[in-house]
Amino acid sequence: MILDYPLIWGFLIAVAIFAYVILDGFDLGIGILYPTTKDADERTLMMNSVAPVWDGNETWLVLGGGGLFAVFPLAYSVIMPAVYAPIIGMLIGLIFRGVAFEFRFKSSVERRPFWDISFFAGSIVAAFCQGLVLGTLVQGIDVVDRTYAGGWWDWLTPFSVMTGFAVIAGYALLGATWLVMKLEGVPQAHFRRVSKYAALILIGFLLLVSMWMPFINESIMEKWFSFPYLLYTFPVPLLVAVTTLVLWRALMNDADYTPFLASLVIFLLTYVGLGINIFPYVVPNVYTLWEAAAPDSSLKFLLVGAVILIPMILAYTAYAYYVFRGKIKSTEGYH
Amino acid sequence: MDSLAVDLARFQFAFTIAFHIIFPAFTIGLASFLAVLEGLWLWTGRDVYLRVFKFWIVIFALSFAMGVVSGIVMAYQFGTNWSAFADKTGSVIGPLMGYEVLTAFFLEAGFLGIMLFGMNRVGKKLHFFATVVVAIGTALSAFWILSVNSWMQTPAGYAMNDVGQFVPADWWEIIFNPSFPYRLVHMVLAAYLTTAFVVGAVGAYHLLKNRFNAAAQVMFSMAMWMMIVVTPIQMLAGDYHGLNTLEHQPAKIAAMEGHFDSQGPAPLILFGWPDTEAGETKYKIEVPYLSSIILTHSLDGVVPGLNEFPREDWPPAAIVFVSFRIMVGIGVLMLLVGVWGLWSRIRGRLYESEWLQRASIVMGPAGFVAVIAGWTTTEVGRQPYTVYGLLRTSESVSPVEAPAVWASLVIFVAVYCIVFGVGIFYIFRSMAKSPDASQGVEEGVPVRTAGITPAQALQPHEGDRSHDS
Repeated sequence: MILDYPLIWGFLIAVAIFAYVILDGFDLGIGILYPTTKDADERTLMMNSVAPVWDGNETWLVLGGGGLFAVFPLAYSVIMPAVYAPIIGMLIGLIFRGVAFEFRFKSSVERRPFWDISFFAGSIVAAFCQGLVLGTLVQGIDVVDRTYAGGWWDWLTPFSVMTGFAVIAGYALLGATWLVMKLEGVPQAHFRRVSKYAALILIGFLLLVSMWMPFINESIMEKWFSFPYLLYTFPVPLLVAVTTLVLWRALMNDADYTPFLASLVIFLLTYVGLGINIFPYVVPNVYTLWEAAAPDSSLKFLLVGAVILIPMILAYTAYAYYVFRGKIKSTEGYH
Repeated sequence: MDSLAVDLARFQFAFTIAFHIIFPAFTIGLASFLAVLEGLWLWTGRDVYLRVFKFWIVIFALSFAMGVVSGIVMAYQFGTNWSAFADKTGSVIGPLMGYEVLTAFFLEAGFLGIMLFGMNRVGKKLHFFATVVVAIGTALSAFWILSVNSWMQTPAGYAMNDVGQFVPADWWEIIFNPSFPYRLVHMVLAAYLTTAFVVGAVGAYHLLKNRFNAAAQVMFSMAMWMMIVVTPIQMLAGDYHGLNTLEHQPAKIAAMEGHFDSQGPAPLILFGWPDTEAGETKYKIEVPYLSSIILTHSLDGVVPGLNEFPREDWPPAAIVFVSFRIMVGIGVLMLLVGVWGLWSRIRGRLYESEWLQRASIVMGPAGFVAVIAGWTTTEVGRQPYTVYGLLRTSESVSPVEAPAVWASLVIFVAVYCIVFGVGIFYIFRSMAKSPDASQGVEEGVPVRTAGITPAQALQPHEGDRSHDS
């Protein structure tokens, strides 16, 4: 049987990155929202709501990065030097945020604010750097002779800074609506309010990005504004608008689960929109999936494992979420 | 690429991986130890095993978190600083790392939450299952990453394509490349020994305070069994690993031995200083015949010297020579402690022998030093190549300017020293708390770790646990 392995892998890597974005998105969002409350108990609740799952969430980042290395090594090798500083920044941010899960509870009370700051700053820096990487890739990078040929500050542009802030806003929305789902009482009401602000800010950024992006390169312009592409790209913004309305109504009606689910749908639609912009490239406008792919023997070998193992991973990950389902109660702790 | 950028990238990789290896080397052994403890608790019903389990799971959670965050850095080092290497080798070693993520990382992360927080949610048996799965995950991770590293040392099963990439020809040969089985055994045993010496030191510390502390007795006794059983096996495994290296990387062996001229019979140089400028090992103390005996298992076998190889293919001999001696020296000390422990046990004085306990405390970090020294030997000994004999280190680096590598190196050093320094301090503090029952461990209250007000059960009197309010 002849399968288009690079295409399959392009899809799988895209799924892994999306899984990372939504899963670590909400727990980075929780860190980003730390300053919205000064209450130590509420902060403990926020952190506890993701403590059993954050590590698994972050593993998708390793799969995204490691997967790119394995199946599109050429893409990995030109992208990483191009976004050198944002990647280092992201890693440092993830260190500060990751250890805070442990250290916040190991430190004395006087030093706890330091780990609160570490959690917040680590989360927001990681989110911003991921946005910078996204913006840099969408804009395109210089490649000559299979090697990155730009400078080490090329990633810093108004557009990438804007996508950096947009990712912060998006993660904040995911985090806030996650907390609406996991908390109750006063803290829940607090994050319902926060969700509204985050939703408004995110929609603002989405509009800005959508208007800006077509001017970045012509192929994007063509996909969104010319017939017949228009027919299948047009539903994306329409669905985003509908979902936003659903989100807003759910927040107004004090729904518990719908805001988070609606936020996930907004992320999915935005991601699909982005995918339309980038496809069939893996390094935008430089290498297509097929040009950057490792030989089929590598792709096939890893695909066998992926086909067997990813459903298992999804199953036990779902089980872990199921074990820790329900509202986090302050008196309950984690027994 | 200028050589400064190459050296900076090398130093950055060495620094980040040396810091990283501390945590997995410890958690591989600790995860198995925890699984054994929980199994013993379920089997015998003795509370002391649960107390020891809860004592160590706090430390496990801290170490694991630091292992995760320092490990993510490693996953991106290949791209940021070694992009040429990534492009050329990705098709071969990338899928192995992919398998590491799919079989090990997700498994560990998926069940870690249940292991740490789930005792009262899933029941004892399922909780034990989660602990065992986490232990299996750590071992699988070692399997794949050591396969990758071994392939870089002894590449096999590959072909080259027309753009100079290594491409897979035979996956079985790639995974089970010639040095892999030896390296895997040597490293997993090293991880077990590292953990045994840490556990032994902590047990000894609490025994010195109170030799009737039952939990400390369990730790100390189990650690001492591990030392006496595993250390001799590890020495044997190391010997076989060395013979394998002689076969596949003779220049590395020449550097480890400090031999410049091939000779047979060859003496074993115990101490000295290999001076590559002068082309001789200075100030040396030798034992005649011994190098031949160890490496060729005969009295007059020929042992290769560095002069057999072109000078540009020499590894930095002095580093390899010294780090190898540190590793072997610690191995000998480990064996002495193990024998001492066995002797005390036979005389029925295991918990009374204060000098043995003091020695065990001093030897607590020995495993870490040996692991880092051993890795220094094998990795520096691989130089000047990243893929041995095929791809030079100087041809592997990213097109990133030296200032960028400098800046990121300075940041990594600063952040690692602060963050992991604090983490190690917290680990020491957890170790110092008594695992004794009189300190108020409640039955059935799982230890809360990894961000969930950990060790609550061990410190029920601390009023600063905000969630208790």
